[in-house]
Amino acid sequence: MAQFDRRKFLQASGAGLAGILASHQAPVFAQQSTVHWLKWNDFVPASDELLRKTMLPEAMKALGMKINLETINGNDLQARITAAIQSGAGPDLIMAFNNFPHVYSSGVADVSDVAEAVAKAQGGYYRLCRANTSDGKKFLSVPWAIIGAEISYRKSWFEEVGYSKFPETWEQYHDAGKKLKAKGRPLGQTLGHTFGDAPTFSYPYLWSFGGKEVDEKGKVVLDSRQTLDSVKFMQSFWKDSFDEGGLAWDDTNNNRAFLSGTISATLNGASIYIETLRKPDQYQTEKGAPMKTDIQHAQLPKGPAGQFAFHLFQSHMLMGYSRNQKAAKEFMKWIHTPANYEKWFVSQKGYSTPPTQTWEKHKMWDEDPVMAPFKLAGRVGLTPGYAGPPNRKAAEVLTKYIITDMYAKAVQGMAPEAAVKWAHEEVGKVYAGA
Amino acid sequence: MLEREGALAFWLLVPTLALLTLFIAYPFVRGVWLSVTNTVVGEPGHFIGLHNFTKIFDDSIFRTAALNTFVYTGVTTVFKLALGLWLALLLNRHFRGKAWVRAFILLPFIIPTVLSTLAWKWMFDPTFSVFNWLFWKLSIINSRINWLGDPELAMASIMTVNVWRGVPFYAISLLAGLQTINPDLHEAAAIDGANRWQRFWHVTWPLLLPVTMVVVLFSIIQTFADFQLVYVLTGGGPANATHLFATYAYQIGVGTGLLSEGAAISLAMFPALLLVVVFQLWYIRRVENR
Repeated sequence: MAQFDRRKFLQASGAGLAGILASHQAPVFAQQSTVHWLKWNDFVPASDELLRKTMLPEAMKALGMKINLETINGNDLQARITAAIQSGAGPDLIMAFNNFPHVYSSGVADVSDVAEAVAKAQGGYYRLCRANTSDGKKFLSVPWAIIGAEISYRKSWFEEVGYSKFPETWEQYHDAGKKLKAKGRPLGQTLGHTFGDAPTFSYPYLWSFGGKEVDEKGKVVLDSRQTLDSVKFMQSFWKDSFDEGGLAWDDTNNNRAFLSGTISATLNGASIYIETLRKPDQYQTEKGAPMKTDIQHAQLPKGPAGQFAFHLFQSHMLMGYSRNQKAAKEFMKWIHTPANYEKWFVSQKGYSTPPTQTWEKHKMWDEDPVMAPFKLAGRVGLTPGYAGPPNRKAAEVLTKYIITDMYAKAVQGMAPEAAVKWAHEEVGKVYAGA
Repeated sequence: MLEREGALAFWLLVPTLALLTLFIAYPFVRGVWLSVTNTVVGEPGHFIGLHNFTKIFDDSIFRTAALNTFVYTGVTTVFKLALGLWLALLLNRHFRGKAWVRAFILLPFIIPTVLSTLAWKWMFDPTFSVFNWLFWKLSIINSRINWLGDPELAMASIMTVNVWRGVPFYAISLLAGLQTINPDLHEAAAIDGANRWQRFWHVTWPLLLPVTMVVVLFSIIQTFADFQLVYVLTGGGPANATHLFATYAYQIGVGTGLLSEGAAISLAMFPALLLVVVFQLWYIRRVENR
């Protein structure tokens, strides 16, 4: 056996290290890029499983890189983004909700090449997707998916109170909710600080009465008769029709409440229905039938100014500090290739609506009529800050939950005029800041 | 020799000084600097004087958070002290299984706060609260109590959890204090005819006071800057009703990305905490010089 003492080892390793340093290049085995991808914990867990077990191994093989997927609670994403940008280190790709890319615009890389190519090949992005991710000059993130927000409701319970067709106006919905609550089956809605279900309800509700945080020119116009009407209506609506525990709900509470049969309707993504499809024996109606047969989806009702929607929107930011930008872009291109994206999209069963228009024609939408309303989610959704642009200010108003809090304060007993005045001043401070 | 000793002392202190500079002084100075700039996430910002402070004092949510912090600290400290002292007096007696009971008492303090608070969150759940279920079964209530959705009840709930978590710390610290009191003093007082209450008030309490002061002041500092419990239980809601300095600073600085405003909110705690620390040091010095 050859002698290999400490001296020889140091000589050999020293020579090797000198060689690496001289060539300014790492040895081949170390050159493989690693892309760290941070996203939310999907409300359809099967999709995260698909990514981990099937799609990412395929991507790693096809692209010759390593991909680390990390999933966290959606409410914690912003804290991670801030920490990553400030420290200049962290995941290469991070999921952002709604118009958040505008908040982090100086900390992200330009991904126009990837986004424009996807748009061109797949029938163009919906307006809300482009507005949330582009500053007009470049794309700040690559649109990923729209989580359609529709009301999930129990058909038979609404029929029992005289609504064989889902209420079309807020007055009708109030009436139905009042009758349902009297039977111990209230409507369920969060007015808490939570990223999805709170703003996707409070914003379109405000818009449907004609209220807006700013006008087209960016002037704060929240304190209006229309906003006041919406707040006044909400006070009695909440007391008469809703489960009042909703003030403390996060995005998961309404799912649990609906599945346990304590609420009759709630604005949500399709995750409730998808869960009942997955476990038909566990979730049943009081008559013993699978709950999935008693669920339908509907848009939020109309107000005096019309019918509106605000869907949770997701995109991926390529972080400015990332040393793997090239590899991360390659991966984004790969996963947005229709053949690959389709696998993920199908696993979502309609919970996610793709950001481009050609997917409306996908056969999956024809498989289950209950999911049909989600197909066109991208066409009708507006962006935060409406009627102004979804810029950094609008994102700040959204992340401070000012609009949601206006309603929460009113249902807690604050005078409607005072709640509107408070919210107007808070929005005013945000838009007045430099 | 003295010189060499001085040098040695200096070198022995260097690691501590380096750690303090790195992990206490630098973040503090950086926080002060951030609070007088207009830094937002990803952008360095420039000096703007005290603008952030005037802005936060004009902010109704900040004022609520400030008031909440004082109420939260004041109320919980009173309860923690009273219950902790009571528990310490009980534990100071001789009974079978004393060691086991003392160990179990510490459990709320030992379990990681986030885990125990998550369990409390379930117990206060708007839909599935075990308290509501129990009260309903006992026919005490006929509709659900909105523990975390009602502003006052939410404050009461977070304070309850804080007291639950803090009592063991008081109890064990005060128990240690009680055990340093010489039993002869009690015997002497009893022989002189002092009843139980008089023995406590004139013997136990004065001797326990120095320990109590240190425990209370330490607890005030901890409670004043509390974050985890409120963040997990209510996130500052409903509609900002339970925000404390720390949770609001986090929401503004880290959540919304307004780093300089977040730093200003954190620093607003500083004067109150400084007063507490100054008082604590003054008191300890006074006791030492007795």
